[in-house]
Parts: sequence; C-alpha cells; structure tokens
Amino acid sequence: MIISVASGKGGTGKTLVLTNLALSLEDKEIQFLDCDVEEPNAFLFIKPQIDNVMEVEMPVPEVNEELCTHCKKCAEFCEFSAILVSPKKVQIFPELCHSCGGCVLVCPVHAMKERPFRIGSLKTGKIGNVDFVYGELEVSKPLAVPIIREVKRKTNKDKLVIIDSPPGASDPVIASVSGSDFTILVTEPTPFGLHDLKIAVDVLEQLKIPFGVVVNRANIGDRRVYDFCKEKNIPILLEIPFDRKIAELYSKAVPFIKVFEMWKDKFRKLYEDIERIVEK
Amino acid sequence: MKQIVVLSGKGGTGKTTLTASLAVLSNNLVVVDCDVDAPDLHLLLKPEVLKTKDFYGPKLANIDKEKCVRCGLCIENCRFDAIDDDFNIDQFLCEGCAVCGLVCPVSAISYTKKKAGEIYISQTKYGPMVHALLFPGEENSGKLVTMTRLFASMVAQDHKKPLILIDGSPGIGCPVISSVTNTDYGLVVTEPTESGIHDLERLLELIKHFSVKPFVVVNKYDINIENTERIEEYCKKNDIPVLGRISFDPVVTEAMVEGLPVVEYSPESSVSKEIKNIWESLTKLI
Repeated sequence: MIISVASGKGGTGKTLVLTNLALSLEDKEIQFLDCDVEEPNAFLFIKPQIDNVMEVEMPVPEVNEELCTHCKKCAEFCEFSAILVSPKKVQIFPELCHSCGGCVLVCPVHAMKERPFRIGSLKTGKIGNVDFVYGELEVSKPLAVPIIREVKRKTNKDKLVIIDSPPGASDPVIASVSGSDFTILVTEPTPFGLHDLKIAVDVLEQLKIPFGVVVNRANIGDRRVYDFCKEKNIPILLEIPFDRKIAELYSKAVPFIKVFEMWKDKFRKLYEDIERIVEK
Repeated sequence: MKQIVVLSGKGGTGKTTLTASLAVLSNNLVVVDCDVDAPDLHLLLKPEVLKTKDFYGPKLANIDKEKCVRCGLCIENCRFDAIDDDFNIDQFLCEGCAVCGLVCPVSAISYTKKKAGEIYISQTKYGPMVHALLFPGEENSGKLVTMTRLFASMVAQDHKKPLILIDGSPGIGCPVISSVTNTDYGLVVTEPTESGIHDLERLLELIKHFSVKPFVVVNKYDINIENTERIEEYCKKNDIPVLGRISFDPVVTEAMVEGLPVVEYSPESSVSKEIKNIWESLTKLI
C-alpha cells in the first residue's frame, strides 16, 4: 500500500503526522519516501543512517558552434525559453530546460547534443524497520519534479510506502501523490487551513485518489474545517490538539510518540482506518 | 522603486501574517501575493478585485485518433511518459514540450492552451494589491509569479508607490526563484525548529545566489529559545541583520479567524508591538 500526504498550505503538520505514523508501525516493513525535495525535513525526525548518495542529473543541450548555422529552429521550438540564438552565438539556459530533447530532434545540421546537468541528489538509508529515501534539490535549481520522479522510482511495493510531499497544489504535489492508494490531508482549523484544504481536495478529486483529513492543532481557530468536511463527507481520521509540549518536541525534531507513548495507538488506528477505506 | 519579498523555506512560519501587518503599517506600498498555489493574503486584506487577467498554462497535446497510424513514435520520443499504449495523453504528465507533434509523421497531434489561473488587480483599504491563483493541479507556477510581479510593477508605477511587498511561497524551487529574482530585499520569516533552521540555511543560500539582501525575523521565538539564539548567532556570523523576534501568541490565530491583520485586530498585543518594531527596523535599513 502507498500512503501519501498533502496539505495545500505549508506548515500544517505533514511531516509531523507522517514521521509519527511511520515510527508507530514497528511491526511493519516501511519505506519512507520524502518527496519534499525543496525542503526535506523528515530525515531530521527519523534519523536514518544514510548509506548511499546518488547525483540526479538531467540531460540538457549543448551546441557544437562549428556545425551550428544559427537557423534558430531550436530556439523557436523550445517551449521553455531555454535557448537564445543570436546571429553569432547560441546561449543555453540549462536551469530553464525540461529535457524534452526537442532541440536535438529539430536541429537540421545535428549541432545539438545533450550533456548531463546536476540538479540535486538522492539519498537512501535505513533505520530499524524503515527504509528511507529522500531527494534534495540543489539550491538555485528550479525544477523539483525530476528529482521527485527519481525518489518515486525507488518505490518498493512489497513494503508499506509512506510519501511525504511538498506544500502547494501544482505539479510537484501531483508528482508526489500520484499512484498513491490513499492521501492524508493535514490541515489546521483556521481560515488559511480551510482555504488551502479546499484546493488540495480539488487536486485529489482530479487525481481520483481516496483521501481523509487529519486536523492538527485541533483546539485552535474555528469550526469551519469541520463543517466543510461534514458537508463534503470527508472522513476526519485523527485530531491532534495544539499542545505546547508537542510544539517544543517538534522544535527539537523529536517525534512526539517517543514521549507520549499512548499516541502510538492512535497512529496505529489511523493506519488501520486507512487500510479499511482502501480495501473497501 | 524597491521590492521586498517575504520568504521562509519551510511553510507555515508566518509569512502571510507578517506581510498583511506590514502592508497595514506602511500604508504606502503595493502588496503582492505570489504564493499562487495556496494564496491566503486576501483572507486578511479583503481586496476588492478591479481587474482580472487570464493566465494560460503550457501547451497540452491532443492526438486525433482518426489520423493516428499508431506508429508509436510519439510514445518513444516522449520523455515524460505522458502517452499510454492506447495513445491517450495523461494531462498531468504532459509538459507541453511539443516533441510528439514534431515526430508524428501524419500530423495527428495538435495543441491547445488551457486557462490555468487568474491574476487579480485589486484595491484594499490599505492600498493596491495584486494577487493570483493557479488553478489546483496546474503547472508553471513560476511563470504565473513572474506575470503577477509584472502587473505589480505597473500598478506601483501608476500609483507612484515606492515599495512593492511580495508574499512568497514556501520552498526554494521554481516559484520561489521567480519571486526572488530582481528584488532588492528578502525578508525571511523562520521559526526556532530544527526543520525551520534546516530550511532557512537553504533559503539564505538561494537568496545569496540571486544577490538579494537578506533580513531575518524569528517567529514563535519562545517555542525554543535555545534555537532562536542559534539562529541569531548564525545570522550574526553571516552578517545578516535579524530584525526581531515575534512571540508565539494565540492572538495571531484569533485575528486570522476574524479575517484581520493582527496589528489591526489587536494593536496593543505584544505580537503587534513586535511587528511594529520590525517594520521600523526595516524602514531604517532600506
């Protein structure tokens, strides 16, 4: 089974919920994939022993100026404005390139070929029953999705796969959650939480992935998140209250189930409830 | 005209809360919401939308099944695995690169552009506001951020405003890069958590890469004083001005529930006073 998380709004507690969930399921073989490659944080809580680091590269074009006739066909074809051709010079912006390979195909004199361009890294490791994989976008590189795809390529369906995702509602989120059997939407009962929960629900409905809600800091704000879930018939799977002690533990990257043992049962129940929904 | 972008790396540290309050305190700027995936600033500033501009996303391929001879060249050349064995395009995987149309021998592939979002030019009681929404599930938020900023510059010129204040998105990828390029200052809101610190360091590296001058604010500082001090020391060592600390206080959520910037909802609260001090320090430095 593949369980992912999403939230729309950042900082609602995606990583908090998933790391505590993963660490509560001690009798399961777990693979934890952190797809928040811009700002990966789950490793801080799970503390895996990283034993392999792989570079993630994308093919980007380079031009052989001796062959190039400056016909501009490549620049005209490129949808991503990654190539600029002036009468005497070709400029390539690898940061903008999506590696579609179109410029190589369209060049009439075969002056274009591709070279690898580093955009980040993929780290794998292990701790106890948890296999851990996370991607890290290199600072100043814009494209997160190719690294997310590399992380997802590591998916081992023989295990319980748990996927942490970036905030937002666009392509990096879709790349992270697509293919999941279930997505946990983590929200907080505030106007910001509700507004962005609605956006995340919209994305999951388009992707046709079953989902339920975990309300974090459940005792703050107002009731509108609950009203929305009731109206839309979205199950509320778990409520975590705001507790200064939980916030303090979080600040030290300590999963709170390690201190509040009784929460382990609640996270196990969360998993069982998800399992039941998925099997239905 | 100067531009300040409010960023955080990690989500939920308080970018929008701070941006809304700074917009109130200044009363002489154009405020911009560039968190186009999950924009929330309008929930506090309650803008009246004056003009709406459509935003179109990347091309989307369509295969004409009657013309298609099922040669498979499109599938073979698509680097995004967006075409299945029955020649259906997965709209979530298609990046609109148009390679399939280039290699199709019978011109069976055409492209459409779909409306993927909207940009709003608005008025609030605190001044002009430009904001945007990327429709859920769409691509290219970086391009929408760039366009939103373009409109913001035009609005700032029209209204003769000396400052543009941009609420950015979390992360360090495409939309953040689009919101940070060619700004003057990056106001980073962080929190004293291990996650916050990890993300702060990556974000400061990004801001430096784009030659933008950073400032740091530590929100919810009292959740972990030791970490707050660590952040302040780190900033000192790297010559980054820390404009202030903001305490953790339920009044921030109360203000949000009321749909008001906290400095307006509760001007006498310690949070509001801390934000006022931050605004004063900021105005001295820019």
